[in-house]
Amino acid sequence: MAQRARPLSPFMHYRWQYTNTLSILHRITGVLLSCGFLLLVYWLAAAAAGPERYAAAAGILASPLAQLVLFGTVFSFCYHLLNGVRHLFFDMGHGFELQTARRSGWAVAIAAIVLGLVVWFVVRAGLGGAA
Amino acid sequence: MSLKSPLRRVTYLGSAKGGSSHWYAQRVTAVALVLLGLWLVISLASMGGASHEHVVAWLSSPVAAAFAVLLVLTAAWHALLGLQVVIEDYVGDKGTRLAVLLVVKFTFAVAAVIGVLAVLRIAFGVAG
Repeated sequence: MAQRARPLSPFMHYRWQYTNTLSILHRITGVLLSCGFLLLVYWLAAAAAGPERYAAAAGILASPLAQLVLFGTVFSFCYHLLNGVRHLFFDMGHGFELQTARRSGWAVAIAAIVLGLVVWFVVRAGLGGAA
Repeated sequence: MSLKSPLRRVTYLGSAKGGSSHWYAQRVTAVALVLLGLWLVISLASMGGASHEHVVAWLSSPVAAAFAVLLVLTAAWHALLGLQVVIEDYVGDKGTRLAVLLVVKFTFAVAAVIGVLAVLRIAFGVAG
Protein backbone atom coordinates (compact mmCIF):
# COMPACT_ATOMS: atom_id res chain seq x y z
CA MET A 1 0.00 0.00 0.00
CA ALA A 2 1.43 3.40 -0.98
CA GLN A 3 2.29 5.65 1.96
CA ARG A 4 0.08 8.73 1.90
CA ALA A 5 1.40 12.06 3.23
CA ARG A 6 0.55 12.04 6.90
CA PRO A 7 -0.52 15.22 8.73
CA LEU A 8 2.31 16.81 10.70
CA SER A 9 2.10 17.08 14.46
CA PRO A 10 1.51 20.72 15.54
CA PHE A 11 4.93 20.99 17.16
CA MET A 12 6.57 20.41 13.74
CA HIS A 13 5.33 23.64 12.17
CA TYR A 14 3.91 26.00 14.79
CA ARG A 15 5.75 29.26 15.47
CA TRP A 16 8.03 28.89 18.50
CA GLN A 17 6.94 30.84 21.58
CA TYR A 18 8.32 30.76 25.08
CA THR A 19 5.22 28.94 26.29
CA ASN A 20 6.39 26.04 24.06
CA THR A 21 9.65 26.00 26.01
CA LEU A 22 7.71 25.86 29.29
CA SER A 23 5.69 22.96 27.93
CA ILE A 24 8.69 20.91 26.74
CA LEU A 25 10.49 21.72 30.02
CA HIS A 26 7.63 19.96 31.83
CA ARG A 27 8.44 16.78 29.93
CA ILE A 28 12.21 17.14 30.31
CA THR A 29 11.97 17.76 34.07
CA GLY A 30 9.53 14.84 34.29
CA VAL A 31 12.06 12.51 32.66
CA LEU A 32 14.82 13.87 34.93
CA LEU A 33 12.60 13.32 37.98
CA SER A 34 12.05 9.72 36.90
CA CYS A 35 15.84 9.30 37.11
CA GLY A 36 15.75 11.14 40.46
CA PHE A 37 13.19 8.61 41.68
CA LEU A 38 15.63 5.79 40.91
CA LEU A 39 18.26 7.71 42.94
CA LEU A 40 15.81 7.97 45.86
CA VAL A 41 15.23 4.21 45.73
CA TYR A 42 19.01 3.65 45.59
CA TRP A 43 19.40 5.82 48.72
CA LEU A 44 16.58 4.00 50.58
CA ALA A 45 17.94 0.58 49.57
CA ALA A 46 21.41 1.59 50.81
CA ALA A 47 19.93 2.70 54.14
CA ALA A 48 18.05 -0.61 54.41
CA ALA A 49 21.26 -2.56 53.67
CA GLY A 50 22.97 -1.27 56.83
CA PRO A 51 25.40 1.44 58.00
CA GLU A 52 28.39 0.34 55.86
CA ARG A 53 26.48 0.19 52.59
CA TYR A 54 24.76 3.45 53.49
CA ALA A 55 28.09 5.20 54.15
CA ALA A 56 29.37 4.03 50.74
CA ALA A 57 26.24 5.31 48.99
CA ALA A 58 26.38 8.62 50.91
CA GLY A 59 29.98 9.02 49.75
CA ILE A 60 28.94 8.52 46.12
CA LEU A 61 26.02 10.96 46.52
CA ALA A 62 28.37 13.57 48.03
CA SER A 63 30.64 13.59 44.95
CA PRO A 64 30.55 16.79 42.84
CA LEU A 65 28.95 15.03 39.87
CA ALA A 66 26.21 13.48 42.03
CA GLN A 67 25.62 16.85 43.71
CA LEU A 68 25.12 18.42 40.28
CA VAL A 69 22.62 15.67 39.40
CA LEU A 70 20.85 16.16 42.74
CA PHE A 71 20.67 19.92 42.19
CA GLY A 72 19.14 19.28 38.77
CA THR A 73 16.67 16.90 40.41
CA VAL A 74 15.69 19.50 43.03
CA PHE A 75 15.16 22.18 40.38
CA SER A 76 13.21 19.70 38.21
CA PHE A 77 11.08 18.80 41.24
CA CYS A 78 10.18 22.46 41.90
CA TYR A 79 9.51 23.28 38.25
CA HIS A 80 7.50 20.11 37.59
CA LEU A 81 5.47 20.61 40.79
CA LEU A 82 4.62 24.27 40.11
CA ASN A 83 3.99 23.83 36.39
CA GLY A 84 2.05 20.66 37.17
CA VAL A 85 -0.33 22.66 39.35
CA ARG A 86 -0.60 25.18 36.47
CA HIS A 87 -1.57 22.32 34.18
CA LEU A 88 -4.15 21.04 36.68
CA PHE A 89 -5.80 24.47 36.45
CA PHE A 90 -5.72 24.19 32.64
CA ASP A 91 -7.35 20.76 32.95
CA MET A 92 -10.18 22.34 34.96
CA GLY A 93 -10.64 24.92 32.21
CA HIS A 94 -8.99 27.90 33.90
CA GLY A 95 -6.19 30.19 32.77
CA PHE A 96 -6.49 29.77 29.00
CA GLU A 97 -6.60 33.52 28.24
CA LEU A 98 -3.36 34.30 26.38
CA GLN A 99 -2.28 36.93 28.86
CA THR A 100 -3.12 34.74 31.87
CA ALA A 101 -1.34 31.71 30.39
CA ARG A 102 1.79 33.78 29.68
CA ARG A 103 1.78 35.42 33.10
CA SER A 104 1.32 32.10 34.92
CA GLY A 105 4.11 30.70 32.75
CA TRP A 106 6.51 33.43 33.81
CA ALA A 107 5.40 33.12 37.43
CA VAL A 108 6.07 29.36 37.39
CA ALA A 109 9.53 29.78 35.81
CA ILE A 110 10.65 32.43 38.30
CA ALA A 111 9.07 30.69 41.30
CA ALA A 112 10.73 27.41 40.30
CA ILE A 113 14.19 29.00 40.39
CA VAL A 114 13.51 30.69 43.75
CA LEU A 115 11.88 27.60 45.30
CA GLY A 116 14.63 25.37 43.86
CA LEU A 117 17.34 27.40 45.58
CA VAL A 118 15.36 27.56 48.84
CA VAL A 119 14.73 23.78 48.88
CA TRP A 120 18.37 23.05 47.97
CA PHE A 121 19.84 25.15 50.78
CA VAL A 122 17.19 24.32 53.41
CA VAL A 123 17.53 20.55 52.81
CA ARG A 124 21.34 20.77 52.73
CA ALA A 125 21.32 22.70 55.99
CA GLY A 126 18.85 20.23 57.49
CA LEU A 127 21.06 17.30 56.50
CA GLY A 128 24.09 18.97 58.04
CA GLY A 129 25.86 20.07 54.86
CA ALA A 130 25.93 16.71 53.12
CA ALA A 131 23.11 15.72 50.81
CA MET B 1 -6.59 -13.33 1.52
CA SER B 2 -5.77 -13.68 5.15
CA LEU B 3 -6.85 -15.89 7.99
CA LYS B 4 -7.49 -12.76 10.04
CA SER B 5 -11.17 -11.96 10.51
CA PRO B 6 -12.43 -8.53 9.38
CA LEU B 7 -12.91 -7.62 13.05
CA ARG B 8 -9.31 -8.51 13.92
CA ARG B 9 -8.07 -6.38 11.01
CA VAL B 10 -9.69 -3.18 12.33
CA THR B 11 -9.36 -3.75 16.09
CA TYR B 12 -6.80 -1.45 17.74
CA LEU B 13 -6.56 0.82 14.68
CA GLY B 14 -8.91 3.44 16.10
CA SER B 15 -9.60 4.78 19.55
CA ALA B 16 -8.96 2.16 22.22
CA LYS B 17 -11.60 3.87 24.42
CA GLY B 18 -9.35 3.42 27.43
CA GLY B 19 -7.23 6.56 27.34
CA SER B 20 -9.20 8.52 29.91
CA SER B 21 -8.20 6.19 32.76
CA HIS B 22 -4.52 6.82 31.95
CA TRP B 23 -5.14 10.57 31.80
CA TYR B 24 -7.13 10.52 35.04
CA ALA B 25 -4.60 8.39 36.95
CA GLN B 26 -1.86 10.80 35.88
CA ARG B 27 -3.78 13.70 37.48
CA VAL B 28 -4.79 11.88 40.66
CA THR B 29 -1.20 10.75 41.27
CA ALA B 30 -0.06 14.32 40.48
CA VAL B 31 -2.23 15.77 43.26
CA ALA B 32 -1.05 13.08 45.68
CA LEU B 33 2.58 13.80 44.75
CA VAL B 34 2.18 17.53 45.46
CA LEU B 35 1.46 16.54 49.07
CA LEU B 36 3.90 13.61 49.30
CA GLY B 37 6.67 15.61 47.57
CA LEU B 38 6.34 18.51 49.97
CA TRP B 39 6.27 16.00 52.85
CA LEU B 40 9.56 14.51 51.61
CA VAL B 41 11.23 17.94 51.37
CA ILE B 42 10.09 18.90 54.88
CA SER B 43 11.14 15.48 56.23
CA LEU B 44 14.63 15.72 54.72
CA ALA B 45 15.04 19.29 55.94
CA SER B 46 14.05 18.33 59.49
CA MET B 47 15.89 14.98 59.72
CA GLY B 48 18.66 16.61 61.74
CA GLY B 49 21.48 14.97 59.80
CA ALA B 50 22.25 12.62 56.91
CA SER B 51 23.78 9.73 58.88
CA HIS B 52 22.41 6.18 58.86
CA GLU B 53 20.99 6.66 62.39
CA HIS B 54 19.10 9.75 61.23
CA VAL B 55 17.48 7.89 58.32
CA VAL B 56 16.59 4.92 60.55
CA ALA B 57 15.15 7.23 63.23
CA TRP B 58 13.09 9.05 60.61
CA LEU B 59 11.55 5.90 59.06
CA SER B 60 11.03 4.19 62.45
CA SER B 61 7.90 6.28 62.83
CA PRO B 62 4.93 4.35 61.37
CA VAL B 63 3.48 7.56 59.91
CA ALA B 64 6.75 8.45 58.14
CA ALA B 65 7.14 4.87 56.87
CA ALA B 66 3.55 4.87 55.58
CA PHE B 67 4.06 8.15 53.72
CA ALA B 68 7.39 6.90 52.35
CA VAL B 69 5.73 3.74 50.98
CA LEU B 70 2.94 5.83 49.44
CA LEU B 71 5.52 8.21 47.95
CA VAL B 72 7.50 5.37 46.36
CA LEU B 73 4.39 3.72 44.88
CA THR B 74 2.76 6.95 43.69
CA ALA B 75 5.97 8.38 42.24
CA ALA B 76 6.72 5.13 40.39
CA TRP B 77 3.21 5.02 38.97
CA HIS B 78 3.21 8.71 37.97
CA ALA B 79 6.68 8.41 36.40
CA LEU B 80 5.61 5.32 34.49
CA LEU B 81 2.48 6.98 33.10
CA GLY B 82 4.47 10.06 32.09
CA LEU B 83 7.37 8.17 30.52
CA GLN B 84 4.88 6.03 28.61
CA VAL B 85 3.40 9.15 26.95
CA VAL B 86 6.85 10.52 26.12
CA ILE B 87 7.97 7.18 24.63
CA GLU B 88 4.74 6.78 22.63
CA ASP B 89 5.20 10.31 21.26
CA TYR B 90 8.83 10.08 20.22
CA VAL B 91 9.57 6.41 19.48
CA GLY B 92 7.99 5.83 16.09
CA ASP B 93 8.96 2.24 15.30
CA LYS B 94 6.39 -0.15 16.81
CA GLY B 95 8.86 -2.86 17.78
CA THR B 96 11.33 -0.43 19.36
CA ARG B 97 8.47 1.33 21.16
CA LEU B 98 7.19 -1.91 22.67
CA ALA B 99 10.72 -2.90 23.73
CA VAL B 100 11.48 0.48 25.33
CA LEU B 101 8.08 0.53 27.08
CA LEU B 102 8.65 -2.94 28.53
CA VAL B 103 12.17 -2.07 29.75
CA VAL B 104 10.91 1.14 31.40
CA LYS B 105 7.87 -0.57 32.96
CA PHE B 106 9.95 -3.45 34.33
CA THR B 107 12.59 -1.01 35.65
CA PHE B 108 10.04 1.06 37.55
CA ALA B 109 8.17 -1.99 38.83
CA VAL B 110 11.43 -3.38 40.23
CA ALA B 111 12.44 0.02 41.65
CA ALA B 112 9.04 0.44 43.32
CA VAL B 113 9.24 -2.98 45.01
CA ILE B 114 12.85 -2.36 46.13
CA GLY B 115 11.83 1.04 47.51
CA VAL B 116 8.87 -0.37 49.46
CA LEU B 117 10.90 -3.30 50.84
CA ALA B 118 13.71 -0.90 51.85
CA VAL B 119 11.32 1.36 53.76
CA LEU B 120 9.63 -1.63 55.46
CA ARG B 121 13.00 -3.15 56.40
CA ILE B 122 14.00 0.10 58.11
CA ALA B 123 10.54 0.55 59.65
CA PHE B 124 10.61 -2.97 61.13
CA GLY B 125 14.04 -2.29 62.63
CA VAL B 126 16.06 -4.88 60.73
CA ALA B 127 18.35 -2.41 58.91
CA GLY B 128 21.14 -2.40 61.48
